Amino acid sequence: MSTLTWVRRRRAISRFWADFRTHRAGMAGLVILAVAVVLALIAPLFIDSGVTNVVSGTGAKMAPPSLDDPLGTDESGRSVLLMIWWGSRTSLLIGFLAALLSMVIGTVLGIAAGHFRRWTGAIILGITDWFLVLPSLVTALVLAALLGGSTATIIVAIGVTSWPSTARLIRAQTLAVEARPYIERSLALGAGHWHITTRHVLPNVAPLLLASTTLEVASAIVTESTLAFLGVSANKTSWGTMLRGSYDWGAATAGAWWYILLPGLCIVVVVMAFTLCGRALETVLNPRLRTRAA
Amino acid sequence: MLELDELSVTYRIESGDVPAVRGVSLSLGAGEAVGLAGESGSGKSSVALALLRLLPRSARVAGRVLLDGEDVLAMKWGRLRSVRWSSASIVFQGAQHGLNPVQRIGVQIAEPLLVHRLASPDKARDRVRELLEQVGLPAWRSRSYPHELSGGQRQRVMIAMALACSPQLIIADEPTTALDLMVQAQVLTLIRQLIADHGISLLMISHDLSVLADVCDRLAVMYAGRLVEAGPSSGDFRHPYSQALAAAFPTVGDPASRLAPRGLAGDPPDPQRLPGGCAFHPRCPVALESCSTVDVELRAAGLDRTAACVLVGD
Amino acid sequence: MTVTLEAPEETPARHGLLRYAAAKAGGALLSIAMVIVATFFLFRMLPGDPVRALAQGRNMTPEQLDLERARLGLDKPIPEQFVHFVTQTLRFDLGDSYEYKRPVIDLIGERIGSTLLLTGTALVMAVSLGIWQGARAGWKPGSRFDKFSTAISLVLWSVPTFWLGLLLLMVFAAGVGPIPGVFPTRGISSVDKPDGFAGVLDVAQHMALPCLTLVAVVYAQYLLVMRSSVIDEVEHDYITTARAKGLRDDDIRRKHAVPNALLPTVTLVFMRIGFVVGGAVTVEAIFSWPGLGQLFYEAIRVPDFTLMQGTFLLITVSVILMNTLADVVYHVLDPRVRSA
Repeated sequence: MSTLTWVRRRRAISRFWADFRTHRAGMAGLVILAVAVVLALIAPLFIDSGVTNVVSGTGAKMAPPSLDDPLGTDESGRSVLLMIWWGSRTSLLIGFLAALLSMVIGTVLGIAAGHFRRWTGAIILGITDWFLVLPSLVTALVLAALLGGSTATIIVAIGVTSWPSTARLIRAQTLAVEARPYIERSLALGAGHWHITTRHVLPNVAPLLLASTTLEVASAIVTESTLAFLGVSANKTSWGTMLRGSYDWGAATAGAWWYILLPGLCIVVVVMAFTLCGRALETVLNPRLRTRAA
Repeated sequence: MLELDELSVTYRIESGDVPAVRGVSLSLGAGEAVGLAGESGSGKSSVALALLRLLPRSARVAGRVLLDGEDVLAMKWGRLRSVRWSSASIVFQGAQHGLNPVQRIGVQIAEPLLVHRLASPDKARDRVRELLEQVGLPAWRSRSYPHELSGGQRQRVMIAMALACSPQLIIADEPTTALDLMVQAQVLTLIRQLIADHGISLLMISHDLSVLADVCDRLAVMYAGRLVEAGPSSGDFRHPYSQALAAAFPTVGDPASRLAPRGLAGDPPDPQRLPGGCAFHPRCPVALESCSTVDVELRAAGLDRTAACVLVGD
Repeated sequence: MTVTLEAPEETPARHGLLRYAAAKAGGALLSIAMVIVATFFLFRMLPGDPVRALAQGRNMTPEQLDLERARLGLDKPIPEQFVHFVTQTLRFDLGDSYEYKRPVIDLIGERIGSTLLLTGTALVMAVSLGIWQGARAGWKPGSRFDKFSTAISLVLWSVPTFWLGLLLLMVFAAGVGPIPGVFPTRGISSVDKPDGFAGVLDVAQHMALPCLTLVAVVYAQYLLVMRSSVIDEVEHDYITTARAKGLRDDDIRRKHAVPNALLPTVTLVFMRIGFVVGGAVTVEAIFSWPGLGQLFYEAIRVPDFTLMQGTFLLITVSVILMNTLADVVYHVLDPRVRSA
């Protein structure tokens, strides 16, 4: 790629960053995200991976927050704070990877649906629409249950059920991009499918893709925690599994509010951060949305 | 019966204030038809909307709008609502979304009658039929939806709607812009006939001088938020801008006008960054040195005519 | 001026609508066929022997596994299984449940009423509230009401359904601190179910929390969609005309903006029915509401192969049918499309 293209791209990126900085909500989301990711990454420095081991619990069982365990303990005496901190790694990781998978499938099929006309495009669009109608949580539950709930299968279950909306978005963008005159010129010069989709369409849909992926991560985290809560995940550390524990061990009736409130609050905060960030990205990258009121 | 006294409209947006209309004064007698001409961005549509206080909340309006002696801008809300449509109504472009797509035409025409309690639902139905007849549409069309009508038919419906409460003034904002030429001619003829029959005053706004000259007795030309000329539609223009605007439309059948140079270079100025002195001077073919520093007011320019140019006035 | 006196043409609208409905029904049948085929392969062709997955956590001898495999017909060649499956399904025979030892279709029949009650009520409430609030918010974007509404929607969007249910359970059913619980924690009615009106009240009391949870999570979407729909409509000239006619602000919103904004909103509401279904399953699971969702959840937990397959099939087919219905209803409601 020519240096001119890169210079232009760099300038566009700095312009974008200047724009993004003006969105307070988006910036707040970004900061929260950064903090969460950093905390997740440095967790092994403070916590031993055996913290989730049931016998490692040192505190009293189901104890309210105290100096020893600032966020209380669960039914096995494990510190809720440490469990949440350690669990952030799982929840964030699965969220990222599932969203990535969903994005990849969605982009490939979306571009294909938009690029190929007539039968091929129509069939892909039909399949996308069909997947779109399928109830995503129900299908993900079945997939996770049948594949055995390992981390990989959870990622697959979420990725395979959430790609259709991305695909539609990408398809619309592809159609818009391919309507531009320089594509026609490219075709006249003998450009093939691969060239047009990777050198022209892909760079143009990339910004929207970024915004979409961010929102998708938010959704994936919620889905993952729901799958874990409903018991189809074999994962022992995610926030959803913690909440499952609170349900199974009757935290609600026992009044162990810290066990229920705190892991859930983490989910809400992280998901909101991703959503705010994603929405801000959308507004900045899509000029049409910018002229909307509020 | 309508008098605008130093009307100003300023929009408040993120990057500052936009002075769309900067002190326009105009008067309209009963039964008189006045045309307001100008390019996009001249502020003419803002004037139209300001007359009935239809501008968005971000707009600051100053000056006076005297409708039969009463200042619309100072009216209480209730009085304003009763004046709307019954004293003065508006005809927008019917083409795009001027009519509610999910309501039948008859309902929309009858709506102001019912709102202002000028008729019972039964009487209103009769009135709708009468109005449709006046604009040349069959009565059964009252049960149609807007998308079932052609552009010209929709414009007629907008006109029928405007006549519903027998107003004294109709404001027509680009009523023929989106129509084919033949249909345009039909609609203009209709408008001319109706205002003559009912003695209604008309304020017509358009960028097309020929359309205005066809229907209106007097013409006013706007540029960058101000009037630059006002006078009878039959006379010659004196302001360089009006002259350029008039010359922009070729006369069909006249070989000389085919080859004559037309149009003005450049674009209308950004209201947030107006040039010093006379706002038109950057594009003016006969601008003087002093035009870039000295602003000019409307001054007498011949029979019943005013123009805002230093080269005018003798 | 000549006045055209043609009579109104015979509207071909009725025929157009029937043809459209027929086309949509055909599409729905194709989708359902695809679902049946996909379900078949989903439950048999995935890596990992489904019977072994079922045996997780349970001590089953290889003989028992083989017995189970034979019972499910998994030892037969795939094409034979496929034909068997399709013919059985078309006869509404979804096999027998492992856990309950009864036909799946019977179990579904027993539970579906409760689900319709809960989900139906929640949907009606969510749609009404969402549309009302969304219209008001979109009418005055940037106002305090709008900011408040958008903020609430954002928060509810980020809250996992099950967590909200847990919280409500904790606060209202079990009681927090000195405040006692007011609502029951599980089921559709008390053990000693009273008759008549008192019985209805009892069910209502049990339904309150699950319904509230479902409404809270779902209504935010409707709010946001209606809001942006109204914002789109306000840009159009006919709204300004309505103002110029002297109508009150509220009347303009109600009579002009909302009916137009409602059409795309309703379509989107039905397109996202899958999301509601997911929420219903979660809510029924948490509150032990004896409906289809809870049955599905149980099937996953046990795990009960035929029950899982049967309920999955039914849920998915229902969603497809509802989508098709929504499409046709939209066509009936929008006058622009009706006469096309």
